[in-house]
Amino acid sequence: MASCARPIFKTKKGINRTIVCQIAERKNEPGWMIDYRLRALEQFERLALPSWGADLSGLDEQDIHYYVQPFKEQHNSWDTVPDEVKNTFEKLGIPQAEQKFLAGVGAQYESEVVYKRLKPEWAQKGVEFMDMSSALVAFPELFRRYFGTVVPLHDNKFAALNSAVWSGGSFVFVPAGVEITVPLQAYFRINSISMGQFERTLIIAEPKARVHYVEGCSAPLYRKSSLHSAVVELIALADAHIRYTTIQNWSSNVYNLVTKRAIAYERAKIEWIDGNFGSKVTMKYPCIVLKGVGSQGQIISIAVASKGQHQDAGGKIIHLAAQTTSNIISKSISKQGGRTSYRGLLKVAPKAVGAKSKVQCEALLLDKNSRSDTYPTLQIDEPLSDIGHEASVSKLSDEQLFYLQSRGLSEQEARAMVVNGFIDAFVKELPMEYAIEINRLIAMHMEGSIG
Amino acid sequence: MQIDKLAIAIGQTLIIQEFSLSVAPGAVHVIMGPNGSGKSSLANALAGHPHYVITKGEFIADGVRLTQSSPCERARAGIFLACQQPVSLPGVSLLMLLTESYRAIKKKDMTLLQMRENIVHALGQLGLDSSFVDRSVNDGFSGGEKKRLEMVQLLILKPSIIILDEIDSGLDVDALALVGNSLHAIRQENPSVRIIIITHYPRLLHYIIPDYVHIMQQGRLILSGTPELSAQVQAYGYDFTRLGK
Repeated sequence: MASCARPIFKTKKGINRTIVCQIAERKNEPGWMIDYRLRALEQFERLALPSWGADLSGLDEQDIHYYVQPFKEQHNSWDTVPDEVKNTFEKLGIPQAEQKFLAGVGAQYESEVVYKRLKPEWAQKGVEFMDMSSALVAFPELFRRYFGTVVPLHDNKFAALNSAVWSGGSFVFVPAGVEITVPLQAYFRINSISMGQFERTLIIAEPKARVHYVEGCSAPLYRKSSLHSAVVELIALADAHIRYTTIQNWSSNVYNLVTKRAIAYERAKIEWIDGNFGSKVTMKYPCIVLKGVGSQGQIISIAVASKGQHQDAGGKIIHLAAQTTSNIISKSISKQGGRTSYRGLLKVAPKAVGAKSKVQCEALLLDKNSRSDTYPTLQIDEPLSDIGHEASVSKLSDEQLFYLQSRGLSEQEARAMVVNGFIDAFVKELPMEYAIEINRLIAMHMEGSIG
Repeated sequence: MQIDKLAIAIGQTLIIQEFSLSVAPGAVHVIMGPNGSGKSSLANALAGHPHYVITKGEFIADGVRLTQSSPCERARAGIFLACQQPVSLPGVSLLMLLTESYRAIKKKDMTLLQMRENIVHALGQLGLDSSFVDRSVNDGFSGGEKKRLEMVQLLILKPSIIILDEIDSGLDVDALALVGNSLHAIRQENPSVRIIIITHYPRLLHYIIPDYVHIMQQGRLILSGTPELSAQVQAYGYDFTRLGK
């Protein structure tokens, strides 16, 4: 287990007006944001927990620190990043080589971004990549124009919570016509007992801009329950392309309740690539609103649930305009009594003529005690649309295991290979070093799953 | 390689009894027999399939006792079973499978580039398109393609004991010739390789001349002899063996 950094500032456990004001004051935020946070707090208190989905009864909202600031300042060079953070990255096996390869790394350690760098060539073209609090100061107008427009503060209880206590997360702005050819990357961790993490991410791609943002999460084991509740908003203006890749590997006591939503304008393209490992409960349904004519959306996700874990994940696509196309590929793996659910919404509004969508959910069960369910919702209000939905459940077969073992692989290696094959469609979409990390994660998750 | 008085059971049912066979380095043995005589059960048991339990006897290869070993230990000891019905592995490419397999069996790495080249070469030997290197193993393949892919794996992994479980079924004449030629090449490269061919039909034996032919019936080895035995099976069927040579 990584040693914990000594925090510089920490709010008391629980949530109330005083705590929300403390967070805002700590960050020297403008009046409108303080007001926004307080309105969100009211919504959080008013809204009920979702009556559907995973069991959240083990969550105690008053037993969580809503803000922890670990380090004094941001670091703009790798040399000045604290050793503790570096060691954690080392343990996670993040290759050093990626520093040369990647455009920038914004790593969130506890609640703040502590490391940030963007290659000068992108900065010269007007690309902005920074933590949200800095963006609020640096680009007040731009920030206010888009913040909370995709996920409003009253959207759901946890979006309201995030809107009240958000801290950290990334702000990305790509000006018209700029194509960022290498992924922007951030790494998040929960690293303090009983500490919530409420990062907020806002990505704006102007017309014909292109960006791939990669976010990885990992957490070591803790004794007490922890809450992660992020909000991610993506805005792809006409002909823009945003791809957002997430790999989360939370420790098995984390409640991971995330609201991710994107809006695609004319001919814009949005892709959510979403990998969920670990956590106690995950409820996450990346959403794409296809608002502009000819816009496209794709969601590719995997979820792995083991003993005591419930991955309630899926995707939502809302076709509002004509000639919009979408595609969902959702894969889940359940083992040792774990439970996965696919929960999806596919909506085609009236007049979304020529809308096309294909949904594929595939579940793999590694043993008899595990469970997988599918809860698809289809609302098709335009007859001139083409919608396909396929769902399948397969089991790891003894014959597959024997075949691979007779080729020299151990039982564990054989299982990992079948599972890696199963999620191949997902892994193919990842940058190389993430694909390697996923294979390692799968191998780790297969440990002790024999018998 | 020594098989000594083997008994094999599926669950509570004993399906093979008193089976003994000795295979010398470089020898080719053919095991024939009617459906249900236990040939495939023997092949699977030798490869360590968990459904086929060896309840008595010994199985020793190159001085290593493998009677109760796991399938991967047997593979690492040099045994390769070309399966009668190879399973499909969606999302697992031949390149991935053989890279991991090679590492596990040979205890050394081959670069992906080198492995790819070797596989493409082997695919060519079996008349398969080079695109198979990146395709999911056996996924959507015809019966004949699956059999040829088993041979490709053999060419790469170069085991010391080869068990071919009905490699010839589902193959057309041209594919059969390619399989036969590959076996020939394997023997030339490694003259001490031991080969056990399990088959219904003697047609593969036009391409590879066995040293011995054995006939199994009802879980027992009832007759052993020279290659002429297979010609007799061809001519008179398995019933002639009941009449006593």
